[in-house]
Amino acid sequence: MKERIGVYICHCGGNISDYVDVEELGRMFHKEDGVVVSKDVMFACADSNQKEMVEDIKNFNLDAIVVASCSPKLHLHTFRNVASRGGLNPANYVQVNVREQCSWPHSDNPREATIKAAGLIRAGIKRVSHSQGLDNIELTVKKSALVIGAGVSGMKAAIDLARLGNEVYLVEKDFFVGGHIVQQESLFTTGENSKEIVLKLYKELKSHRNITLFTGATIEKVTGSLGNFHIDIKIRPRYINTKANYDLVVKALNECPVYVEDEFNLGLVKRRAIYKNYPDAMPNIPVADIEVLKSSPETMLKYADILDINQQDELLSFIAGGVLVTTGFDSYMPNSGEYGYKSSPYVLTLPEFNRLTELSGNKLVYKNREIKSVAYIYCVGSRQSKGENRYCSRSCCTSAIFSSLNIKEKYKEIISYHLFRDIRTYGKQETLYEKSSAQGDIYIRFEEKEPPVVEFNGKSNIIKVKDYLSAKMELEIEADMVVLVTGMVSRKESANISEKFKIPIGSDRFFNEIHPKLKPVETVIKGVYIGGCCQGPKNISESVQSSLSAAAKINALLKSGTVSIDPVTAVINEDVCSWCGKCEIVCDYTAIKERDINGKKIAMVNKAICTGCGICAPICPVNAIEIAQYSDLEIESMIDGFIQKIELEVKDESKESKEETEVLKMKEYPQLWKDIIQKIGESKKTIPQLSRELSCKSEIVTYNLMTMNKYGIVTAEGMDEDEAYYYYKVKNR
Amino acid sequence: MSNENFKPKILVFFFSTDKISDPGIDQAGLRKLHYSPAVYVISLPCSSGIKPRWILHAFKRGFDGVFIAADGHECSFSPKCEEHTNRIIEESQVLMKANNISPKRIRMAAICSVCAEPFANHMDNFTKILAGLGDISLDKNQLQNS
Repeated sequence: MKERIGVYICHCGGNISDYVDVEELGRMFHKEDGVVVSKDVMFACADSNQKEMVEDIKNFNLDAIVVASCSPKLHLHTFRNVASRGGLNPANYVQVNVREQCSWPHSDNPREATIKAAGLIRAGIKRVSHSQGLDNIELTVKKSALVIGAGVSGMKAAIDLARLGNEVYLVEKDFFVGGHIVQQESLFTTGENSKEIVLKLYKELKSHRNITLFTGATIEKVTGSLGNFHIDIKIRPRYINTKANYDLVVKALNECPVYVEDEFNLGLVKRRAIYKNYPDAMPNIPVADIEVLKSSPETMLKYADILDINQQDELLSFIAGGVLVTTGFDSYMPNSGEYGYKSSPYVLTLPEFNRLTELSGNKLVYKNREIKSVAYIYCVGSRQSKGENRYCSRSCCTSAIFSSLNIKEKYKEIISYHLFRDIRTYGKQETLYEKSSAQGDIYIRFEEKEPPVVEFNGKSNIIKVKDYLSAKMELEIEADMVVLVTGMVSRKESANISEKFKIPIGSDRFFNEIHPKLKPVETVIKGVYIGGCCQGPKNISESVQSSLSAAAKINALLKSGTVSIDPVTAVINEDVCSWCGKCEIVCDYTAIKERDINGKKIAMVNKAICTGCGICAPICPVNAIEIAQYSDLEIESMIDGFIQKIELEVKDESKESKEETEVLKMKEYPQLWKDIIQKIGESKKTIPQLSRELSCKSEIVTYNLMTMNKYGIVTAEGMDEDEAYYYYKVKNR
Repeated sequence: MSNENFKPKILVFFFSTDKISDPGIDQAGLRKLHYSPAVYVISLPCSSGIKPRWILHAFKRGFDGVFIAADGHECSFSPKCEEHTNRIIEESQVLMKANNISPKRIRMAAICSVCAEPFANHMDNFTKILAGLGDISLDKNQLQNS
């Protein structure tokens, strides 16, 4: 129980004191049980005031402080540091928000605002009186990072982390790096070749000795926590003999007679069973679909020199101080029949159409038909007011328009229809929309409630749509190809990664950051960050920006060597707990485990993992769990503080003489001030004189005289004969 | 039993306040949106961590209503936050009934970091509802009479 509390009530210029009578409150809390110092201050956060608070803590031997000022989001750490500098545990400090949650919203009712502020401050005093000193949890941090996903975001983040001197493990589940971008020939808005960008990044990756790249690798197990994540990965075999003559490998790549579905080309064509996704795909080691090849013994025999059928899954372990997840997205796959998908032979998604145009030569041909007209239908799988994907996928409008510009350049006569809900080519991407409009692309706006209907008449696609820009005129468009501009959805593997690292998943099924604006790459799992599209739809620039932002955060973490984490975690009352296991079940982070102490089974909290969310606390049937700084005693005492009757003095200066006011004020002064005033009387005295007469240390007299001087109770007048000390006299008596 | 002069004291528990709900309430202040000065806020990491005994304590001490500002689907701690918070409210209502307190005196809504106006509106509406219910001390009599 804290019994020597300092209370500081901030004017914040006039932001608080224009509506809340902070002087009155400052005087009022002098009388509060356990309060030793109570002051109103012009700016609590000012350096001079911070120094004064530090001196108060020392001079008055304070054991806790309360600052009533702005939102804790602004100055919680400022005043925790003040507490530390004064020698207090930072947990013995409470900040009370009397600005954003009192003076500002109740500026229409100053008296009520003052009463509320009094309740808030009293609750803060009661809370801090029950506060326990908590030590931050110190953890050592291994100077290595794990980056999951070698798309453009992950590669770029890995390079920057390595450049800053960190060991980096880059884990990619596919056999080749690059992610989605290599499935597009060129990238908006610059038109750069995607494969060249990925090749450049790969070369840069390999130039850093402190990057270890694992491809065909998946995360199998994660233990440990911030600073020391123990990661187990599994690497799938490529079944290619790494010592084989490379000319023979290249020959097999070009001549293998066994074909399978080509996933990279989204099933549009077949590929050989010994393959690379595309000629420059990296790492430059092909992969053999060994199970498929086994069905052709003659092929196995033919390529026996380059195949290694004895290769097996390889298991590896390493330790990472921080983790960056850049696992990207999946493209939305329309349901069968959705806008004619699968029911019409000439309906493709935009990613499929992009592969088709890249694979096509002088003529754009699909299923033996030359494509001369294309109708793009936008927002497929995005902005579903009644579906699962309510969000906008951000990049698809621009991507579709960029594709239409590219095919127009490649196939001059092609006609493009764009059936859109809204065109969201924000920022510099707008120029692509302007260019597309200028070249004659036709834009038709529909609304979600009346979507286009795609029918296949045996020869062509017929699209019926109500054009909202022409008074809902019903149009029928004949198009050789319908392209569904599909959005982004979360990776199928997200659930697996989420389960391994305990990263929360939002209602949109993407990974959840702590705060979209203020902590956009942090997760509630300490040391685990998210970048790129695994957090939500983004274009490439935005993905790279977010992953680099996360990389900077991880670098700061790794560079520190040790990290101090907030001690707000669950605390088990070992006397009360009798282990029922409910807390373990409800904890999403596996922070609670069973422990045996002298034959008694109780719950144990891993403080490095515990997020302090508190979910386990109300579930406990015997109330054996509390969250540090949110104990029953603290919360219930705050409630008591709010409700306790506030006795505010009614100011009515017309009825009170100035002298009476001064007498009233005198009652509020600390006893030492009254003694000083009495000793000075009508004369004037120096600090040494007062110190002797009051038998009080000169530094305490000095401090109090300075404060009295500040508040206009005393004033300095002249110096003694030695010109060593000022004389002080009582002012305005 | 409504009373125009009756000013209910509403205790608002805040959840994920550091991250989601509390910034929304700060926004209301920043924008000088007025709501009842009888609204008091306690911020917590997550609404799933509220103990029903705290809610009962507030009523027993004289608060006329408890409002839970939850993060709902946007909770950064748990996708099951809403489910947990609902359970806590149900358990609280059982406790309230056992103590002759009307279950209408507890409310929950999702408040996000930019929900300044929705927050102020929720407070206005809840204040009106509580004014209609009257002082909490009336509950015991009303429940006994019903």
